[in-house]
Amino acid sequence: MSLTREDVKHVATLARMELTQEEEELLTQQLGKILHYIEKLNQLNTDKVEPLAHVGDIVNAFREDRVTSKPAIDPLLSNAPEREKNFFKVPKIIE
Amino acid sequence: MNLHSLTIHELQEKLKKKEISSVELTESTLKRIADIDEKIHSYITVCRETALEEAKKADAQRRRKGSHSPLLGIPIAIKDIFVTQGILTTCASKILNNFVPPYDATVVKKLKAAGAVTLGKTNMDEFAMGSSNENSAFAITRNPWKLDCVPGGSSGGSAAAVVADECIAALGTDTGGSIRQPAAYCGIVGIKPTYGRVSRFGIIAFASSLDQVGPLTKDVTDCALMLEAIAGYDPSDSTSLDCPVPPYSTALKKKSKGLKIGIPKEYFIPGTQPEVEGAVMEAIRVIEKTGVEIVKVSLPHTEHAVAVYYLIATAEASSNLARYDGMKYGYRKQAKNLTETYLKSREHGFGPEVKRRIMLGTYALSAGYYDAYYLKAQKVRRLIKEDFDEAFKSCDVIVTPTAPTTAFKIGEKTEDPLQMYLSDIFTNSLNLAGLPGLAMPCGFDSKGLPIGLQIIGKPLDEATILRVAYAYEQATDWHKRKPSL
Repeated sequence: MSLTREDVKHVATLARMELTQEEEELLTQQLGKILHYIEKLNQLNTDKVEPLAHVGDIVNAFREDRVTSKPAIDPLLSNAPEREKNFFKVPKIIE
Repeated sequence: MNLHSLTIHELQEKLKKKEISSVELTESTLKRIADIDEKIHSYITVCRETALEEAKKADAQRRRKGSHSPLLGIPIAIKDIFVTQGILTTCASKILNNFVPPYDATVVKKLKAAGAVTLGKTNMDEFAMGSSNENSAFAITRNPWKLDCVPGGSSGGSAAAVVADECIAALGTDTGGSIRQPAAYCGIVGIKPTYGRVSRFGIIAFASSLDQVGPLTKDVTDCALMLEAIAGYDPSDSTSLDCPVPPYSTALKKKSKGLKIGIPKEYFIPGTQPEVEGAVMEAIRVIEKTGVEIVKVSLPHTEHAVAVYYLIATAEASSNLARYDGMKYGYRKQAKNLTETYLKSREHGFGPEVKRRIMLGTYALSAGYYDAYYLKAQKVRRLIKEDFDEAFKSCDVIVTPTAPTTAFKIGEKTEDPLQMYLSDIFTNSLNLAGLPGLAMPCGFDSKGLPIGLQIIGKPLDEATILRVAYAYEQATDWHKRKPSL
């Protein structure tokens, strides 16, 4: 599978990341090379292998949905790019 | 004698006997930072005033009766990936260049509770993505042994700070080798514990099924002391393991006689710098003399680890880094609407390597490619883990080089990301298999750069790794060498 510039544009849209023309070009080349290297995995027959998502044999860790710490509002909102009173201010979502 | 060049266990004795105070020690270390960090760039943020206040508190606490933690009053550096309440935490990224966390990571809380002094936050590759610290948005950290070489990465600032005596010990994280490779390149000790051994709560997530926290220290005893202080179950990290923490610092003195050491042929391959292979073989001979038995083992899927790693790590990263959207914290580039704001904030906020990995991960997870890449990688991940399960049936620890070469020159690999990724060929597998691994110095090459040995253990068996490492350290003096700065 070879990676095209159109693929790179599509993936950038999925990742919500704008790329410059130069970045698109460079990434097409670099990612193509990396994917080519990765394709060596196809040498292995894995038909009967179960995928491993996580090394620990852990199951869902349930807990009570209770507030255990209640941080003050100011330290939280002090990082907000924009704030209005006790709210995060964000661009309009519905045009 | 410079106080900042001593180890935790040496300083602990002096503090106990009241020969020195934590304030003196902290002042000495801060002065060292002021004197040399311009050359090294180990730190992103130095917390001069709060460090001295914490040192005063530690001295006051020591005057009270009772037993004290070995870390009481010890100045420690923290990689800028750990959130620290009230202290700027950037992850070496422009997208977090003004982020002041409202809480502490669990390990930071634990160090504070032990009375350790926070010196500051160390430089790293942006979002821990890199093997050289060249991907920091702020400055390139330099290798204290040779200033035109990289310190390794991504915990390169922590490793450089330890070997340059800009701290007594440091915290790092390791997703594919990010503690062990810089420890090897800087000639210090670093351990990546078993996945789940140490809480990940409050470390800025890169690849959640691989990330693990560990110490970087001047010797094996300090490594054990630090690990003892940070390990353990944390209800805030549902993947942390609810298992007792052994007394590592006393267990390491147990004789290593009778242990079986596995040597995997797949880690001694063409392409490895001959001096590295030579030093590791010599280290194995020294370890053999401590009374252990050397056995041959095989890890046949080793050559696939880098490919698997760069699919799984980037897939998880693409998902974890979706949170940087310029809305609640971090950098926002104002644009004409919401979507444009996302696109622009991420375009300007992320550096080239982070973008590359988000792209690769997003691609591997995207419709039509998931089975061919991500699922395939998860399957081979199981094969890699099973290799280790099989090998550990016939040995207690496995010994390998930490990296195929010593530190490379700044700029040498930046044009070719794949070559950079391949410098992690001996470390990636452990994260995929969740296993603990320690890096320590075992020699120097002809350029005067340190060579790293890697000791790999069974799940949750950090104690046996430390025993073997301690026995080797006792027989050698690599850890006593210091760069001249």
